[in-house]
Amino acid sequence: MKILTVQDLERIRKTAKEVLALREESNRHVEAQTCGLATGCPHLQVLICGGTGCKASSSAKIAENFKKEIAKQQIGEKIDIVTTGCFGFCEKGPIVKIIPDNTFYIHVTPEDVPEIVQEHLIGGRKLERLLYQDPVSGQHVSDSKHMDFYRKQMRIALRNCGFIDPENIHEYIARDGYQALADCLMKYGREEVIDKIKQSGLRGRGGGGFPTGLKWEFTAKQEADQKYVVCNADEGDPGAFMDRSIMEGDPHSVIEAMAICGYAVGANKGLVYIRAEYPLAIQRLRVAIQQATEMGMLGPCILGSDFGFEIEIRYGAGAFVCGEETALIHSMEGKRGEPTLKPPFPAESGYMGKPTNVNNVETLANVPVILTKGPEWFASIGTEKSKGTKVFALAGKINNVGLIEVPMGTTLREVIYEIGGGIKNGKKFKAVQTGGPSGGCLTEKHLDTPIDFDNLLAAGSMMGSGGMIVMDEDDCMVSVARFYLDFTVEESCGKCTPCRIGNKRLLETLNKITEGKGTEKDLQQLAVLGRQIKDTALCGLGQTSPNPVLSTLDNFYDEYLEHVRDHTCRAKQCKALLTYTINPEVCIGCTLCARNCPADAITGFPRKPHIILPEKCIKCGMCMARCKFHAISVC
Amino acid sequence: MEKKEITLQIDRHTVRVPEGTMILEAARQVGINIPTLCHINLEGTCIKSTPASCRICVVEVEGRKNLAPACATRCTDGMVVKTSTLRVMNARKVIAELILSDHPNDCLTCPKSGNCELQALALRFNVREMPYSGGELSLRKKEVTSSIVRNMDKCIFCRRCESVCNDVQTVGALGAVRRGFNTTIAPAFDKKMSESECTYCGQCVAVCPVGALTERDHTNRLLEDLENPDKVVLVQTAPAVRVALGESFGMEPGSIVTGKMVSALRELGFDYVFDTDFAADLTIMEEGAEVLDRLSRFLDGDKSVALPILTSCCPAWVNFFEHYFPDMLNIPSTARSPQQMFGSIAKSYWAEKMKIPREKLVVVSIMPCLAKKYECDREEFKVDGNPDVDYSISTRELATLIKRANIDFASLPDSDFDMPLGASTGAGVIFGTTGGVMEAALRSVYEIYTGKTLEKIDFESVRGMEGFRKASVDLGGFELKVGIAHGLGNARKLLEEIRQQRCEYHVIEIMACPGGCIGGGGQPLHHGHSNVLRARAEALYREDSGKEIRKSHENPYIQQLYEEYLGKPLSEKAHHLLHTHYFNKSL
Repeated sequence: MKILTVQDLERIRKTAKEVLALREESNRHVEAQTCGLATGCPHLQVLICGGTGCKASSSAKIAENFKKEIAKQQIGEKIDIVTTGCFGFCEKGPIVKIIPDNTFYIHVTPEDVPEIVQEHLIGGRKLERLLYQDPVSGQHVSDSKHMDFYRKQMRIALRNCGFIDPENIHEYIARDGYQALADCLMKYGREEVIDKIKQSGLRGRGGGGFPTGLKWEFTAKQEADQKYVVCNADEGDPGAFMDRSIMEGDPHSVIEAMAICGYAVGANKGLVYIRAEYPLAIQRLRVAIQQATEMGMLGPCILGSDFGFEIEIRYGAGAFVCGEETALIHSMEGKRGEPTLKPPFPAESGYMGKPTNVNNVETLANVPVILTKGPEWFASIGTEKSKGTKVFALAGKINNVGLIEVPMGTTLREVIYEIGGGIKNGKKFKAVQTGGPSGGCLTEKHLDTPIDFDNLLAAGSMMGSGGMIVMDEDDCMVSVARFYLDFTVEESCGKCTPCRIGNKRLLETLNKITEGKGTEKDLQQLAVLGRQIKDTALCGLGQTSPNPVLSTLDNFYDEYLEHVRDHTCRAKQCKALLTYTINPEVCIGCTLCARNCPADAITGFPRKPHIILPEKCIKCGMCMARCKFHAISVC
Repeated sequence: MEKKEITLQIDRHTVRVPEGTMILEAARQVGINIPTLCHINLEGTCIKSTPASCRICVVEVEGRKNLAPACATRCTDGMVVKTSTLRVMNARKVIAELILSDHPNDCLTCPKSGNCELQALALRFNVREMPYSGGELSLRKKEVTSSIVRNMDKCIFCRRCESVCNDVQTVGALGAVRRGFNTTIAPAFDKKMSESECTYCGQCVAVCPVGALTERDHTNRLLEDLENPDKVVLVQTAPAVRVALGESFGMEPGSIVTGKMVSALRELGFDYVFDTDFAADLTIMEEGAEVLDRLSRFLDGDKSVALPILTSCCPAWVNFFEHYFPDMLNIPSTARSPQQMFGSIAKSYWAEKMKIPREKLVVVSIMPCLAKKYECDREEFKVDGNPDVDYSISTRELATLIKRANIDFASLPDSDFDMPLGASTGAGVIFGTTGGVMEAALRSVYEIYTGKTLEKIDFESVRGMEGFRKASVDLGGFELKVGIAHGLGNARKLLEEIRQQRCEYHVIEIMACPGGCIGGGGQPLHHGHSNVLRARAEALYREDSGKEIRKSHENPYIQQLYEEYLGKPLSEKAHHLLHTHYFNKSL
């Protein structure tokens, strides 16, 4: 059915809300009892994570098995199987959630399905072995609301992820979807919409943190026969997947926001620039665009107004630099994906020379809810200059790896120790890298810093698009800097001198240091060159690329010094700096190490202590791994 | 609308400029010469490239976190700019050092040494060591084509060539390939230039700031031929050479050095010093006759006649339409370029007259052009494998030769060309600038068509530097509409109009290089100063007005050539020796 008026939309919402009522209800209450058909529960729903991570762990097979099993048991009428977007707790995937008792099953395999159906769905008994176990108390936690991972989170951008079926527009509508667009078209003037976004204090979530309302206003003010709205879905930070998850789990929120933006700035055409490596997100977006068009939420004269809007998907080849808006636009135009100097800003001259508003996926996902709940509500969340929430991809040496959304102003400590469940294997926290390859490494002393755009910048890092990688004592900070720089060198478009050659030289110096050939002078040069690159590079990528080097130099200078002066790596990550030795008092001369050494670097007579020839040793560690007497040590 | 004026502070100067002015230009107004490398803006022509990528021109702008590239940062009202603080100077020096760290630094043997913009910057920034050297060097290809030598190890990625090849010439042979440290400028998929659409116009060479793109050097081959007692070596010199060669010896742009050049060529040992201008006059005879032929057939109602007729004296332009407009090969005149007409006549008419066997003769051309080197190699201009013109050397190569031969160019006496192939008219001289071929043709076509003598020889309406110009000439009741385009991008627009049959002109002159041959890829480097090109063009017109005979058909030696040998224009012999045919070269 096509939605032609606001009344149509309301009618559809009413029906859709009934379908979703069970889920909404269980979301609000904590159901102590386990529900099953045999224990009197008339209807259950099984939510299965259909995000890329869980899909990779056979979640599609799990869904298939559920369908087969309930058909076999002839209970299909009473059980709904729903494939949702990402739940966020990727570490524990695949995740299956049972409604209405809100049971959160983790690490589910396709083979577990018959048991879940038999025991839980029919019998009303929880499967303890698939429940989450609190790492501190050791208690089983059944409802995700009680898990530390979720307790401190506040899901605005991710509000529908892991809750609705992303391929069903009705479920989005049931969650007040397309109400914001309807309100804009029926009630608000263009300026009013922009004012509301400005009042909300929303800032770009792609990294720059530029006020979104202001950006819209620039584009709105331009006079042109054609304007464009572009959704920047070229998520490129290593380990970051918030944009992908939103598109996979709630594509309509992006579509609705683009239409709202189009209305506000005076554009009737939207383009989503997405990397071809995101096939699932592309598919979900395609389905959503098709559904929205069929239902009349995209296309000409939306809801009977004179505003029309259509969306096209454009594919990127996965170049990191194409996340920079001018490079993105060039890439869409079929040109080499490299940035050009701003001004002119895309708002003045963007895609095909026309005024273009570029917003990131997460930014857009916030827009509809800001309009339905009001800018004041949004502005009440967060810190003075950073409003709302931020999604982070929490990764590294941390217990709870996954996608989280927290209010701005949450401290790094809360994120790492409460949501993240602390450092893996009881190791010591060393640093947290935020902002992707252009960010910096923050240390113990920054743990109580409330996270927002300005604080992170002041601390020598940045928000970026929300990558957060936690490091422990086993991580060598020189190697960490080298890792990120290796990425930027690989991803540099090569246009400007400082980024093309400067970063390459920085990387070479870091390589030298990790190979034990560095000098103290090299450390000085790293700092000088790093600062020069920041000062002179053309685009955001180049201007921030030395951050990992500069922040580690600032915070871990001692570690650098040890590498160049003492030729040691305390984290034992830099192979060239390691020395393997055989303790003659422990070695019994079994010859196992010598026989396994691929470089013939171990000599000795049988039954006599062996020795390692340092000039031949390739530091592969084979001897140490093989020695049954723990006679070999490394330092 | 008049642009708003704004005021800003640059160092100790207060500057007023129109809104939209870049810091670089504003600074130049008050005598502050901010160094640049990737930037080029040949004012008055379409050559402009400001990618803001080298970052050499960075300056401090108050209130801005990082440094700003002066070439591409617009001035704003009240802006405070500092162009020479320690921060700025250090940044520039580091940028230069970085570039040098990925450069062969073989200045001593580099063909660009002394003319290299990177070398000049290193000197200017007082670079005395290479703190970033010793790292990896980006691996890039080398290629020697018949015209252009690419030594991409030296490329600094300023992208001037890319901009000229794509935006100005619309040839699209060069572009950025790969990314990051290994980025290079090359034809698509890093193919060879000789397998690309390259027209060999040489404009990439003309703008390359370093030694990455240079001409194919034939000077050693020439020196060997000059010393060979079994060879008779004759030389022809193109019109644009005489107004540019002096620059290589420190003379002002626009100095006319025809007489000194002839003396120098004799000093070098050429047996005969002739003039391409003679062949230019011959071109007018043939091309003019073709114009008149096609026009009279057109006026007689022949619908099959191809109009407009396009000039064909520029070999890069010929390559261009062979690559991109193979469906329109019948439109250009079939007349060979003056270089080839000269070679053909020298090795037939003149050789027979002098009783010198063809294989003993070496015909060398001195050209402002690199495409001419390629043209010499074209199979259709060879007789039994022996080329009409053996090889072509550029103005720059000639300057090098003169220096190598210990000739004090400035103090050389003037001398005259040898006859008969050294005789030319003013019409032949102006072939070297945009509009010149058209003007020369009009002088003859008018008189031959109307039978009247021109009252005013100068057709000023076809002169100038505008990318495309048009004029109409009253040929006694018939209004002849002519167009002039220079730069292949302008030519492309015209050809597309012709393809869509929206073109109203009868005759169109096209030269591939902006400014015509005076701005050719083989000329002394203009280093981005467009006044150099203007001065050369003016010099050609001066040379023309000083000539006794200024119309091609009045050249007595041309008349003699037709009487003794060719018969009349477009005769069978003329067709055989002076005309050509074109090939479909589309890829």
